[in-house]
Amino acid sequence: MKNTSTPEKANAAKYVQLENVDMTFTTKKGEFNALKNINLSIREGEFISIIGHSGCGKSTVLNLIAGLLKPTEGFLFCAGREIAGPGPERSVVFQNHSPLPWLTCYENIYLAVERVFGTETKAQLAARTHAALELVGLTHATEKRPNEISGGMKQRVGIARALAMEPKVLLLDEPFGALDALTRANLQDELMKIMAKSGCTAVMVTHDVDESVLLSDRIVMMTNGPSATIGEILDVNLARPRARLELAEDQEYNHLRSEVLRFLYERHAKKAA
Amino acid sequence: MSAISIKKESLKVIMKSKNTVVSKGSAMANTANSVTTSDTVSTKQQPEKFGLKIHNFIKWLLPPVFGVLMMLAVWTLISYQSPNLPGPLKTWHSAVELFSDPFYNNGPNDMGVGWNILNSLKRVALGFGMAAMIGIPIGFIIGRFEFANRMAAPVISLLKPVSPLAWLPIGLLVFKAANPAAIWVIFISAIWPMIINTAVGVSKVPQDYMNVAKVLNLSEWKIFTKILFPFALPYMMTGVRLSIGVAWLVIVAAEMLTGGVGIGFWVWDEWNNLNVEHIIIAIFIVGIVGLLLELMLTQIAKRFSYE
Repeated sequence: MKNTSTPEKANAAKYVQLENVDMTFTTKKGEFNALKNINLSIREGEFISIIGHSGCGKSTVLNLIAGLLKPTEGFLFCAGREIAGPGPERSVVFQNHSPLPWLTCYENIYLAVERVFGTETKAQLAARTHAALELVGLTHATEKRPNEISGGMKQRVGIARALAMEPKVLLLDEPFGALDALTRANLQDELMKIMAKSGCTAVMVTHDVDESVLLSDRIVMMTNGPSATIGEILDVNLARPRARLELAEDQEYNHLRSEVLRFLYERHAKKAA
Repeated sequence: MSAISIKKESLKVIMKSKNTVVSKGSAMANTANSVTTSDTVSTKQQPEKFGLKIHNFIKWLLPPVFGVLMMLAVWTLISYQSPNLPGPLKTWHSAVELFSDPFYNNGPNDMGVGWNILNSLKRVALGFGMAAMIGIPIGFIIGRFEFANRMAAPVISLLKPVSPLAWLPIGLLVFKAANPAAIWVIFISAIWPMIINTAVGVSKVPQDYMNVAKVLNLSEWKIFTKILFPFALPYMMTGVRLSIGVAWLVIVAAEMLTGGVGIGFWVWDEWNNLNVEHIIIAIFIVGIVGLLLELMLTQIAKRFSYE
């Protein structure tokens, strides 16, 4: 699958690239400049978190990479090609409403699998779907509908669907934001395992400091909007696999954590709305 | 004796209407209730719980019973004041006689009440069916495409408030016959709720679902079958229910004008015969059939709901 020719190799350090990206929305109240001058290169296999206060345009960045939005200015590339629209190589895990409520867990994932691997036989498609359900530990809920399962399980369906498409880049839009703390921790741990197994590149939008430090290789911290941009990028050099409990007492972890907190609450504190 | 039985008859109607209200509320709550009741039955203190159930049932039944009794009382009172208006008892006797032979046929101007009801239902089915076949697809197109929406908006807002019967002369002119004209009136008055509700449903599809569709790169057909249709279905069924209500409402008026065999014409005929009991019976028939139609569609809607 992987191309070993030189241009591809050269691109490995800039697998996903954002060049001078500006995003201006036209609203009823006039123009709103959400993002200004975003430059970011993401390595292949890297896990990036984008963190910032609400309204700083972090989801906009994700939607731009997903191809759901087109930048007003600048360019976005994925694997050396310009991002022109949504594509199965960049699958998205949405924050909520992600599984369609009238389809079973199986059907939800099958819908994606069928679209991406449509040339394969039915048996192969079914096998892919079952494998995805197994990966997120939902084999027992195959025939259940989203309203019959918990919020955590719904999000597992979302993750399974995104992964079943075998994306090059996995985009996660506050994937655990709507979950309670315990479920969130559980899913974070599982996501780490899954990502280690699949080795695909990931970009996650979050507002959870611990989550960003625990999961990421780099944390992209954004300034407040309007005209938000990247304030700082923090390298997270913690050995993998990471264990939540051990890290809690790890000096480096706590240092990184306070770095992010300092950025968010000292240098770019958001005035109380 | 017979006065009591008519009370029972109308009671059933009221109970049914209550049922529909409950089912509209939430199917979820209903199932939750039935689960708890079946649980309580299986526990040991059955007699006590049974007593409680009867108590609850009576509590639930009491208000509609009072409502019907009140209606009958007012009716009786008025019938005493105005000697031309038959009271409940007289109407009941007349109804028993009428329904003892609902399907006699003495030529086109004297047919049993059953034939009249069936003929009206047939017209409604035809007009309503055609309205559904045309209105629902139009609703989908309007809801999905902004251009179509803007295009249809002035036409719909102009034609929707027109009284259904205003369309009758046009129907008579075009079809040159009474029966198709009546069906045409049903069609034109039943189509608006279906177009509008379907369009609203489709346009309310959450952006999240549409984003899922975009990311998955779904074809327009898949978007329709897997996202738009299932999401809009409850809205569509609301439109269908409103439409059948309107259609049944309009048929009486349309048939009064066009004649032929039908419940509306029957009312007019009995007015000419000065058979007021039959007119009152017709009012009840129209009400009960309308209620049954609505109940039927509510049940269908419940079956299709994904919740």
